[in-house]
Parts: sequence; C-alpha cells; structure tokens
Amino acid sequence: MKKDVFKIANKIFKSRLIVGTGKYKDFKETAAAVKNSGAEIVTVAVRRVNILDKKKPILMDYINPKKITYLPNTAGCFNSEDALRTLRLAREMGGWKMVKLEVLGDKKTLFPNMIETIKSTKILVKEGFKVLVYCSDDPLLAKKLEDIGASAIMPLASPIGSGLGIQNKVNLSLIIKQSKVPVIVDAGIGTASDATIAMELGCDGVLINSAIAKAKNPILMANSFKNAVISGRQSFMAGRMKKEFFGSPSSPFKGLI
Amino acid sequence: MAKIQLNGKKVSIKQKLSISDLLKKYKLDTSKIAVEINGIILNKTKYKKRILKNNDKIEIVHFIGGG
Repeated sequence: MKKDVFKIANKIFKSRLIVGTGKYKDFKETAAAVKNSGAEIVTVAVRRVNILDKKKPILMDYINPKKITYLPNTAGCFNSEDALRTLRLAREMGGWKMVKLEVLGDKKTLFPNMIETIKSTKILVKEGFKVLVYCSDDPLLAKKLEDIGASAIMPLASPIGSGLGIQNKVNLSLIIKQSKVPVIVDAGIGTASDATIAMELGCDGVLINSAIAKAKNPILMANSFKNAVISGRQSFMAGRMKKEFFGSPSSPFKGLI
Repeated sequence: MAKIQLNGKKVSIKQKLSISDLLKKYKLDTSKIAVEINGIILNKTKYKKRILKNNDKIEIVHFIGGG
C-alpha cells in the first residue's frame, strides 16, 4: 500500500488536523490545546502590537514557530487590499510564504467574498505565496481556485464559528473528487464526529478553532479531535462496507443447534 | 521633537530617532514584528537607516491568536 502522506505546497505533515489559536482563555490554554491536538500547523492573525503595554504576553513565547508551522491568516479582512497588506506583513515578519487567505463578504454569515478571494489569490500566487484558500462549497469556484494556483482548497462546512457541522456533503464530495490539491474543511465543525465525517468523505485535512476553544474542556476536546481526524482518515482509507436494505447475520446459520 | 502616528496613536519622539531605536524604546524583538511606514512595508535590513520624520505613520504588527 502506498504511504499515506499529507502534503501541502511540497511540505509533508504527519497530522491532518490544523488548529486555530483564537478564542482561548489565555496563551497557556492555547499552547496546551495545540499540544494535545497533535497539530503541526496553527493559524494565526496579524494585528497591531499594543505599544502601551510592554509586558503583554505574546503568542510566539508560548507556541514556538520553529516547532509548529504558523499559518498567517487574513481573518477579519473584507477586501483584497486589506488581505494582501496583511499577508505581505506576515511574510516580512519572518519569511512566511504559506498563508491562509480569507476574504469575508458578509458580517453576519462570514461567508467568503469569492470575487475578492479569486482576485487576491491570483496576486499572491504571482508574488510567490503558497496560498491556502478559504472558500464557499461551490465546486466550480473551487476548481477556479485550483486553476489559478491555490495550494489548497478550504471550503466551509457551515458558517465560521457556528458549530453547525457539515451541511452539504454532496458539494464537498464533488470538490474532493475533482481536486488535485489538498481539500481542507475550514469553518463550521462543531464536534469531533463532524471532523470524522469530513475525513470519511475523503478530505485531506480539517481546520478547527471554535469547536476546541469553546468546548467546556478545550484541552480534552483537542485530544478528541486528534483521534477523530485519525479515525476518519483510517476509515476513508479502509473503505467502508456496502449499505444493504436488509439484515445480514454476522454468525453463519450452518451448524446451528 | 518629532510627532509621529504609531499604531493609530499620536506619539512625540526625539529628533533623529531610527526605526531600530523606536523598537528598542518599546522593547520589541525585530524577529517577532513587521513594520509599515506610510503604507509601505519596511524591510528589516533598513531599520537602522530609516530615520523617523514628522507626520510619519508607523504600524508595528505581530502575530496573535486567530482562526
């Protein structure tokens, strides 16, 4: 059997779980959750330094970017200009070329603005970025992103932070079947079983933030997601049994006393 | 004295202060931040040479937790 590797932009990762670092109580909890999730990639945001508070703790002191791959994200950007500015600054910070593009289109649903997303992807690819793109679950638009050079397609399962789980398995499956680059489900996963379902559909990975950070016990939930993603992947690789409409006994009738 | 805008706040600084000096003043590690002056990203190699001028708009950013 061929070795099962998770490769994004020519980099190999062992864990198929990517976790976000937002919404945690403090950096200590963030670091513990990341450790328990087994994730090798974390998403991070770019924001102004608080110049008034010199002693404020910083993320890099808790999660070492030399050990865990930082994936700078453009969360909060509603147009191409802001997204590009954010990622160029992220690259200047220390050479981050693998980035997550997220251009939002609506404050209520946080659905992506796909027109601005496509525009930004084209420019970033030209500038040498390896772009993982948050997108709607439209197979045609996902194909378009792949054609213009996206390193990974990141369709939503449901609105960001909603916890509603996978709402459109059909579209997601169509995207998985047609894509030659990794498909990573981003946004909307609510609990561990949702991640397993995504992986069983054949996704290459999942990105989780709120479902872990907003659990009653984020550190335990991080571990649960680790197992859920491994389980779902193994189940996908093993290939599930065929569904039957009638019962089929597990013990043979022959030799029955 | 020169008046600059730093991360959206008006700040008065000494004359002939470089970006490098400014970062030291705020105890910021150059490997953990990025600097933008008047909308243009400043390469790290230029921190010592670039002297702050009146009305410069400086943005210093870093990574924080996010999804």
